[in-house]
Amino acid sequence: MSEWLKIGLVEDIPANAGICYKYQGDQIAIYNFDHQEWFATQNLCPHKQQMVLSRGLIGDTKGELKVSCPLHKHSFSLSTGKCLAEDKDWCLKTYAVKVENAHVYLEV
Amino acid sequence: MQNIIVIGNGMVGFKFLQKFVEHNNWQHKFNLIAFGEEPRVAYDRVHLSEFFAGKSADDLSLSPRQWYEDHGVELHIDEKVIDIDREGKVIKTSRDNVYKYDKLVLATGSVPFVPRVPGIDKQGVFVYRTIDDLEAIMAYGRKSKSAAVIGGGLLGLEAAKAMVDMKLKTSVVEFASRLMPRQIDEEGSKILVSKIESLGVDVLMNRGTEEIIGETNVEGMRFANHESIYVDMVVVSAGIRPQDELAKSIGLEVGSRGGIVVDNNMLTNDHDIYAIGECALFQEMIYGLVAPGYAMAETAVTHIMGASRAFNGADMSTKLKLMGVDVASIGNPFLEGEGIKNLQVKNTHTGIYKQLTVCKKNNTLKGAILVGDAADYGRLLQLYQNEIVLPEQLEALVFKGTGEDSLGGVDSLPDSAQICSCENVTKGQIVGAVQSGCQDVSAIKKCTKAGTGCGSCVTLVTDLLNAELEKAGVAVDKSLCEHFSHTRQELLEMIKLARLETFDQVLAKHGQGKGCEVCKPAVASMLASTFNDYISNQFHIQDTNDAFLANIQRNGTYSVVPRVPGGEVTPDQLIKMGEVAKKYNLYCKITGGQRVDLLGAHMNDLPAIWEELAEVGLESGHAYAKALRTVKSCVGSQWCRYGVGNSTQLAIDIENRYKGLRSPHKIKFAVSGCARECAEAQGKDVGIIATEKGWNLYVCGNGGMSPQHALLLVADIDSETLIKYIDRFLMYYVRTADRLMRTATWLNKLPGGLDKIKAVVVNDSLGLAEELEREMQHIVDTYQCEWKTTFENPERRKRYQHFVNTNDLDDRVEVQLERGQPQPV
Repeated sequence: MSEWLKIGLVEDIPANAGICYKYQGDQIAIYNFDHQEWFATQNLCPHKQQMVLSRGLIGDTKGELKVSCPLHKHSFSLSTGKCLAEDKDWCLKTYAVKVENAHVYLEV
Repeated sequence: MQNIIVIGNGMVGFKFLQKFVEHNNWQHKFNLIAFGEEPRVAYDRVHLSEFFAGKSADDLSLSPRQWYEDHGVELHIDEKVIDIDREGKVIKTSRDNVYKYDKLVLATGSVPFVPRVPGIDKQGVFVYRTIDDLEAIMAYGRKSKSAAVIGGGLLGLEAAKAMVDMKLKTSVVEFASRLMPRQIDEEGSKILVSKIESLGVDVLMNRGTEEIIGETNVEGMRFANHESIYVDMVVVSAGIRPQDELAKSIGLEVGSRGGIVVDNNMLTNDHDIYAIGECALFQEMIYGLVAPGYAMAETAVTHIMGASRAFNGADMSTKLKLMGVDVASIGNPFLEGEGIKNLQVKNTHTGIYKQLTVCKKNNTLKGAILVGDAADYGRLLQLYQNEIVLPEQLEALVFKGTGEDSLGGVDSLPDSAQICSCENVTKGQIVGAVQSGCQDVSAIKKCTKAGTGCGSCVTLVTDLLNAELEKAGVAVDKSLCEHFSHTRQELLEMIKLARLETFDQVLAKHGQGKGCEVCKPAVASMLASTFNDYISNQFHIQDTNDAFLANIQRNGTYSVVPRVPGGEVTPDQLIKMGEVAKKYNLYCKITGGQRVDLLGAHMNDLPAIWEELAEVGLESGHAYAKALRTVKSCVGSQWCRYGVGNSTQLAIDIENRYKGLRSPHKIKFAVSGCARECAEAQGKDVGIIATEKGWNLYVCGNGGMSPQHALLLVADIDSETLIKYIDRFLMYYVRTADRLMRTATWLNKLPGGLDKIKAVVVNDSLGLAEELEREMQHIVDTYQCEWKTTFENPERRKRYQHFVNTNDLDDRVEVQLERGQPQPV
């Protein structure tokens, strides 16, 4: 069963960056573009198994929104979780995020 | 959990491990255990001969021991697997250990074939296979004057080169009527022989060795034609035999001439046992090259993971440099008969031979031989592999100057064309890499792995790179990334002119899209070099190091490096650093730049750590930034009995002047108090050495990957002039270098080189001097310790929580004590 967790007020979350949310011992990274578009993925980078993705730079490549791991710059699609390097078959777990009444919610 | 055991830690065995650990979460399902009988971890056997040219065993190593630990691979070297129980699925080793397997991979490679002739066991007879062999050859070679190599094949000629390098009188003895009989024809061999003979090597063909002569040690050899020669040592390189005894002993199917029989998933007749590399026999063929071995490794990994990637044989085309002579062989150059036509081009004067074997019917290349000049290898290989229809004028293919046009160069290749066979990289992947920002061959190598195996495709990769860059036009050539079609220089100019102070402004005005990990930090650096505002005002465009003002480490923690200008540090500061390290459980190490590195700090602790360090006047050391790092110095005339200038004082002044300056890449300085140069200033971006008359200023030195000495910019100047010139030099660099370009590379690429820098900095040829000095003064005047600004601001401190919803530290970070200090697990 999935549920929506209330993460916090939109205005308390820095724009154009990632944050990390602790949920039942797990780590989930939540990203936003201008507080308009919201995404969430696992915080673990599959390359070196470190909890760092929320600290990565976000951006796009050819319109595909992505996060780039701060350790070795592997980029992952924020919509599919897939690693954007052709020779890597890594895939991040993604989560749904929504904004309602100025609050951000995460589906787990 | 399934146990995967790999027997053999050679190049192919290692490739298997490498491919295996690339799979997501493999550790959840598998234990990976590897055995090597040699005392060393896997090394590069292809470049073994470079051992004689001064490379060490470490240089040849494919990955350090640490790699195995980092990737959770259990490695046992110097431990031979001596028995396999297929029923019970266990292996037994030479150390009497027993391990259970679910899947077993045999990557046992091959052993040199040694003909059974009388005297072959005498002292001074060697094989050429392992680093141990080479060490023994080197030791024996030191007391020898002459040597013979049995075998004129590829490895034999490599061995002969090594003998020549050891200054031994060298002979090559070949049974067949030509050298490299598997790769080249009679005519090619003639050219090769003449080239090799010109190096003083005797080439003896049609000689079967009958006996090795000598008492206990080698003294000579006798051939079937009753001729004898006198030599002090013999190196046997007469081919290889698959190492299949273990497989045979446990009832696996092996070929009549050796080799473990495998199917196209690399499975043996026991479906829990795979064989890969030179020990495997696929369709009656042993593949003695590294590229097919790598392909087999990937096939086996894929199959164990539950998918399939059939191995269907491999192309044995190869290109080498043997004794300084280029030799290449493509496809099957020995085809003959009705449907085949040959073209031979030969120049005995220059020692070049080229042969093309062409199918008449569809006018495609079936094989080729190149001796003396293998520059066409890449192109011909592509024509062969992709069965591209050849031009009418075949000569155009092998004569310089005409070939390019008629072929349309690399453009004519399909995207699917395999460029690097070792790593299986296609043209499409390389083009993609170029389009996503790889601007030089090394970047492509890093990004696609192309050219990192045998290296024979590097010319082709370079051609592709240039063609792609050209296609994109010069502007795109240096464009920052897909979001900005400008060079760094252009963008910096526009930022200054319009006073664009934020990334969002710059993007809105000159870019497109949302930015990325390339342009965000690059623009951030330009803004900082220009305006020098508090860096965290635009937190979201900084690379992680600049975002958290600390260097991220491999386990996601950070390092803390306080500035100690000139390396001068007070006892109280040292004590405080020690206290902080104890309190926050940090590992301490002295850096190469004369300061203390405190590693392993949790993000959450960073502001508190810096707050405490600030109590004794310590400031940010910018060790995390592309900025001025340190000014290293010796104690100079203040203490040293040889010192002629007060280097410590100057170092402190300079470090305090330029601290905080953001630049295209990091900048390191050093000041030495006399010509003895204890501070190693000539290896720095800016190096200063005291003279009797003042200071000598050196610029653009570099340590790192390709060390480069700094060059003397100007001699015997006073302190005031020195500062002025450094101001100008640094700002000129900041203005004109590309992103992530150190001063040494900048110098190498700057038209005019050092003369140009001299003209601008010393003679003010561009009339820029005043402007450059003014810009630098602005940086100096606006300096702030960004850590102080950060820990004093509660809003900023909030960003240092690992989790938004709790103050917990990242609980995945684990440390263990090693040598009395905390280290990442």
